[in-house]
Amino acid sequence: MSAAYWRKAMNAGAGRLAMGRPPAPRAATAAAPAPGADQDAPAWLRWIWERVSARHVFVMVGVLVYPLVATPFFTFQIAAQSLVLGLIALSLTFLGGYGGMVSLAQMTVAGIAGYMVAIFGASATDGVSLGWPWWLALLLGLAIATLAAAFIGWLSVRTEGIYTIMITLAIGVAFYYLVLQNYTVFNGFQGKQKVFPPTLFGISWRDAVPFYYLALFWALAGYFFVKYLVRTPFGIALQGIRDNPRRMNALGFNVIAHRVAAYAVAGVLAAIGGVLFTWYNGLVTPGTVGTSWLINILVIAVLGGMRHPIGPFLGAIVFVLLQNFAIDVIDRERFNLVIGAVFLAIVLFSPDGLLGLWARLRARLERADARSRISTARPSRRVQLEGGRSP
Amino acid sequence: MRQGKRVFIRTAVGAAVIAALGATLAGTAAAQDTIKIGLLATLEGPFAAGGQDGMRGAELAVKQRGGMVAGKKIQVIKASSDAKPDVAVNATRKLVEQDKVDIMVGPLSGSEGIAVKEYSKTQPNITFINGSSGAQATTLVNPSPNFFRFNTEGAQWMVGLGKAALDKGYKRVMVIAEDYAFPYSQVQGFMSEYCKLGGKVPVKAWVPLGGKDYSSVIARIPKDVDALVVVLGGADAVNFLNQYEQAGGDKPIVGGSITVSQDILNYKGKRRDSLVGTIAGAPIADAYDAPEFKAFVADYKKNYPDGYPSPSLFALVYYVNMKAALDGLEAVKGDLSDGQKKYRAALSKMVLKTPVGDVRLDENRQAIGTTFITEVAKDAKGGLYNKVLRKVDGVNQLLGMKKEEFKIGSRDEPSCP
Repeated sequence: MSAAYWRKAMNAGAGRLAMGRPPAPRAATAAAPAPGADQDAPAWLRWIWERVSARHVFVMVGVLVYPLVATPFFTFQIAAQSLVLGLIALSLTFLGGYGGMVSLAQMTVAGIAGYMVAIFGASATDGVSLGWPWWLALLLGLAIATLAAAFIGWLSVRTEGIYTIMITLAIGVAFYYLVLQNYTVFNGFQGKQKVFPPTLFGISWRDAVPFYYLALFWALAGYFFVKYLVRTPFGIALQGIRDNPRRMNALGFNVIAHRVAAYAVAGVLAAIGGVLFTWYNGLVTPGTVGTSWLINILVIAVLGGMRHPIGPFLGAIVFVLLQNFAIDVIDRERFNLVIGAVFLAIVLFSPDGLLGLWARLRARLERADARSRISTARPSRRVQLEGGRSP
Repeated sequence: MRQGKRVFIRTAVGAAVIAALGATLAGTAAAQDTIKIGLLATLEGPFAAGGQDGMRGAELAVKQRGGMVAGKKIQVIKASSDAKPDVAVNATRKLVEQDKVDIMVGPLSGSEGIAVKEYSKTQPNITFINGSSGAQATTLVNPSPNFFRFNTEGAQWMVGLGKAALDKGYKRVMVIAEDYAFPYSQVQGFMSEYCKLGGKVPVKAWVPLGGKDYSSVIARIPKDVDALVVVLGGADAVNFLNQYEQAGGDKPIVGGSITVSQDILNYKGKRRDSLVGTIAGAPIADAYDAPEFKAFVADYKKNYPDGYPSPSLFALVYYVNMKAALDGLEAVKGDLSDGQKKYRAALSKMVLKTPVGDVRLDENRQAIGTTFITEVAKDAKGGLYNKVLRKVDGVNQLLGMKKEEFKIGSRDEPSCP
């Protein structure tokens, strides 16, 4: 479906390749700057001016003052958890939305990072935790998880579509059983208890507000990193590979290398998310890397929408709110029905998740607006909508 | 045009759903003169059936008081986990920090209990009372000053079973147990007595919680053992018993406390009949004939016609803990001021009347209570029940050992191959 569309688009005008796809909402209205435009020194102000709108400032201020007005519960368990889960799901959005590879093993990569931090650093499990300095444990954890992600990528890039899902699921389940049954290193079912962030600059980073800002920092870093990366030559080549790997191969791009690199990049995001998630829970157990979590990450990514890096964060907010409050809506063991029904409703009404819902709503409003004053914006908006649906 | 209309309708429907959801959430506002009690059990995962019955037990304790204690209304807010510690802590945090409960009752399983106990240290103004979790470390290692456990735990529930097994002539046994804190405690409770009296345990098989395939374990059962000590719970026990039956196994079984609980005796498999004669240790026995227990069972049956024929261990233990929470409130006339200090003092001193006898707390706020050694028997109608072989009173958490020589049970402790 998407490949066919891409082929048509390529025939119509290959130049559009440089614009990158799927376009960020902003990119459709403002002309994409020529690469290298930000090399002129005075341009940086204009660069910011072009990109930052009232909406961005509003959201930024909102997330920064949020913990000052919210209760510790809403700061920690709802917001911080959403940011952390969103960051892990962002790695899947990057892989799936821009690379066309749906990997179920992103939580496994996150779990590897969490386990490594617990093994090299400090936990309540003596003997299995080496108790090295936290920064060393952290670096090692991120490095090993990234390597593992690249390895998972290397194993699965030769497959397409459902086979990628199968092979990454198999890897995820294998890792689950490894940590469940290995006692010498991973401490089996009980996992690693009391894995906390270090106390730095006199701040206990697991307190609600500091942890929120920690999670926010890394979530923003991940978000802007992905936004930036999909406009770089690497990101554009990756999207080209998503849509037509054979043509990209013929153009001289190394398809396999690009895909493995995408896995590694996604691995870094998942690993940071995984360490934060471990600190959030204060523990890492096989349950964290079990099948339910592997699928939860996919649910979060799909729920939010894979068209834009903000999607997984929106998805995570809905997911966390439902996990916490569904039981207040329906009593007893039926509350999972609510969770399932809402997920189903979102995906049913909008195949590209919350983002799709938003885009359609906006398209509708703009069309109504355009009807009154004849405009040329309409056809281009239309193209963007259809293009965005492809992943 | 048509598409636009459809989108509009969908948006409207979506908005209505979200609004309805929000309205329901907002509806849970608090009233004055209400004491909120959080109730956490596993309504998902391997112990879903047990968790549901636990909730019945806790609700029963509230119902018996007509939902009022010392003139104050008791509001119970429920939460669920799936036997995973992180999920349990998230659910507890939601109850404590969002729903603002005054007292917290739960959770159900061992690892959850340890995690919730650790969390309780960060909330010194809330009193935490255990649900049915039975890990030893919860109260033995770094106990929390505001975590109370009015039920005896996994190891205490097995005291007396080692002797009963030897009396049955089981000199060598194989242990098959789930691989986490609670079964470690159970196996220790059994083995510390069994090994001391000369029994041998050549093989221990630790299987993952929620495992579905036991064929590799069944293949490892040595020919020369006299019986199997099976410490599995819920769906795991049913799966194991079915597969052992299909593999042609015929060794008698010594059960853990939740292996032959009522929810297991009710299952429909073929192996059911061969459960007759299974001995087990537990804090509950269906056929215990004390009038308090009979009254409890009758009350349970009256209130929950859709429940089990007789309350399960989870129902009893949740009942006991919830009753402790309410009796404590009664004792202080609902006074929870001053960081609940008075309430906690009352709980610590209380001699709790339970359907299975009196319970006191030790200095770690852990129950000292009664254990039953039971044997599965068949009644006139063909239903299975646990008949009482022996009743052991005043079992403490150190199993009668001295503090120095006591070690917490683990995969390798104790050992007598």
